[in-house]
Amino acid sequence: MAYDYDKSIRPGKLPHIWCPGCGHGIVMKGLIRAMDTCGLDRKNTAIVSGIGCASRLPGYLDACTLHTAHGRAAAFATGVKMAKPEMTVICCGGDGDGTAIGGNHFIHACRRNIDMTYVIMNNFIYGMTGGQFSPCTPTGAKASTTPYGNPDPVFDISKLAIGAGATFVARTTAAHPREIDKLITMGIKHKGMAIIEVLDDCPTTYGRRNKFRSVVDMMKHLKANAVPAVAASKLTAEQLQGKFLTGILFQEERPEYCAQYAEVIKKAQA
Amino acid sequence: MSSARLEVIERNCKGCSICVEFCPKNVLEMDVFLVKVARPEDCIKCMQCELLCPDFAIKVHDA
Amino acid sequence: MAKKVALLQGNQACAAGAMYAGCTFFAGYPITPSTEVAEELSISLPTIGGKFIQMEDEIAAMAAVIGASLTGAKSITATSGPGVSLKQELIGYACIAEVPCVIINVMRGGPSTGMPTGPGQSDVMQAMWGTHGDHAAIALVPSSVQEIFTETVRAFNLAEKYRMPVQVLFDEIVGHMRERIVFPEPGELEIINRAAPTDPPETYKPYDATKGQVPPLASFGSGYKFHVTGLNKAADGFPTTKAEYVDAEERRQVNKVNDHAAAIESNEEYLTEDAEVLVWAYGSTARSARYAVNELRKEGIKAGLFRPITLWPFPAKRTAELAKQCKAIVVSEMNLGQMIHEVERAAKGNCTVVGEFRVDGEPINPGQIAAKVKEVM
Repeated sequence: MAYDYDKSIRPGKLPHIWCPGCGHGIVMKGLIRAMDTCGLDRKNTAIVSGIGCASRLPGYLDACTLHTAHGRAAAFATGVKMAKPEMTVICCGGDGDGTAIGGNHFIHACRRNIDMTYVIMNNFIYGMTGGQFSPCTPTGAKASTTPYGNPDPVFDISKLAIGAGATFVARTTAAHPREIDKLITMGIKHKGMAIIEVLDDCPTTYGRRNKFRSVVDMMKHLKANAVPAVAASKLTAEQLQGKFLTGILFQEERPEYCAQYAEVIKKAQA
Repeated sequence: MSSARLEVIERNCKGCSICVEFCPKNVLEMDVFLVKVARPEDCIKCMQCELLCPDFAIKVHDA
Repeated sequence: MAKKVALLQGNQACAAGAMYAGCTFFAGYPITPSTEVAEELSISLPTIGGKFIQMEDEIAAMAAVIGASLTGAKSITATSGPGVSLKQELIGYACIAEVPCVIINVMRGGPSTGMPTGPGQSDVMQAMWGTHGDHAAIALVPSSVQEIFTETVRAFNLAEKYRMPVQVLFDEIVGHMRERIVFPEPGELEIINRAAPTDPPETYKPYDATKGQVPPLASFGSGYKFHVTGLNKAADGFPTTKAEYVDAEERRQVNKVNDHAAAIESNEEYLTEDAEVLVWAYGSTARSARYAVNELRKEGIKAGLFRPITLWPFPAKRTAELAKQCKAIVVSEMNLGQMIHEVERAAKGNCTVVGEFRVDGEPINPGQIAAKVKEVM
């Protein structure tokens, strides 16, 4: 019945710093369940993040945790994984951290297909600094730095990951908790770069500026507009307007980076 | 009578009301800024409240 | 048995020194004039099962080096001025998170892209003050191919001992110069590895000052679970804003170097015993200075050379002593006057301090230095 999260949380660290209704806590619970399902030995699991609200996640988890600099999670994680490939490496962070300041590291980690799982919590905003627009803020939306509406086009994180070469790409939302752990589990088991984009809610800095009356409104919006990718083919372009596809969006087998480098070592030692 | 026992960890609850709104059986209520188990006998153990609580503040136990 | 001798470029000697020191991880990004360090290590590291990775940018390279070091790997990156500028934030991260690593800066000229193939010594202040916030710094400035080898080894030793980033700066001239090098035998040079934790995983704290000024660093994947962050933190590694913890940690991290400055210091003195005028120079400039000193001595001028090998922490004590002994100090460097400020500070007005600088991409020649010495005498 009640899930035992306590054994995965560092003693005395709760309540966490996230605002009331912030979905990051839902994602963290999904991540814990996924790590349990995969039977991960926390002594050999590195959880690496950048800077921002979502990047505070590793501090709560009893594992080898590395809270780095803004945007650099994937690059630090690449160093950890290359130096110790036997470790399971999980990255987490937000949309601004991962795709703006950390965009270069994000795409190149995808390209290398290095064996790690990146859980990217996309709440469409820079929350920790008070709600400035990110590359994922919808065009036209209000942020503290887009008082007249956001003029910028939007990054589709999952498409970006697929284009960059990630070999497992999936999307879900904070309103779909069971799918969060299911997809992260698949990502961890996948040999290569797995991107799990979780559409998330920031009631404090995004919702209140964008006509969401409450966090429940935001959660309902996420729930109502998610369309399973498997069902999308039956829908018209009109029906898909304003919706987002969820589930596994892309999956392929391709040589993994550390395995490739092991071949380099073999050649060098021959 | 439900076979569930709901536990609220008040220290963790931030009063976001997600659990109240997503409970299909209207088991929970807001008591100012804290969740209150109002009708435990109606709980069907769907786990939505526990799964959706961002704050590790509600647990659904077998009675 | 005769020792192995080779004709080697400075950058190659750096890579060889890294291997001697037990380096098992390199991450970098191509940049002139340092690229040969990466090229050499891409060959040699996999032969011992080590890892070489070319990252997507300079920042990523620094990040990967820190990540790798946290697993216990002795890690290094090599770059030049523009790359060091990009790495600064993460150099600060390695300072506050106390992660050992070595950063090679083969110095070129100019701000920005400047003169990629020309020599410079204009990153010497950056090595101390480049990253934001208060922090300690160790920077070494070898002036020969042989010394690049030994100082690279020493850089790893200092990084591991003091649990921090250590920079080795050599100008493009020394980096690309070919010289005879005698390889030390294994075991001939001291090799220091970071202290292993004495506490079991259950009670281990990565910043526990009661374990000494440099608390032991556990490795990820060795049975220890702990948290590493760039935020100000308490002994347990978790963020804090409590004044007393922040203050104590900041001071410990600076004092761990300052309190041991004498042990970290390394200088060469040439004909300083009776010197009346001192040339203060480092890197390739010190080679010209030595020649100038010899020429001046032939003319009866009592000149001497002070050559810092450890640039940071600054050799303030010895510089001050020499300032009292000499009538003048000529600081010569391939910039428009950087270390001269530190020399002036140490001299405290006890002697004249003048500079002989050059930033046109040409080496400072002995004649220039000798002329300046005569001018001040």
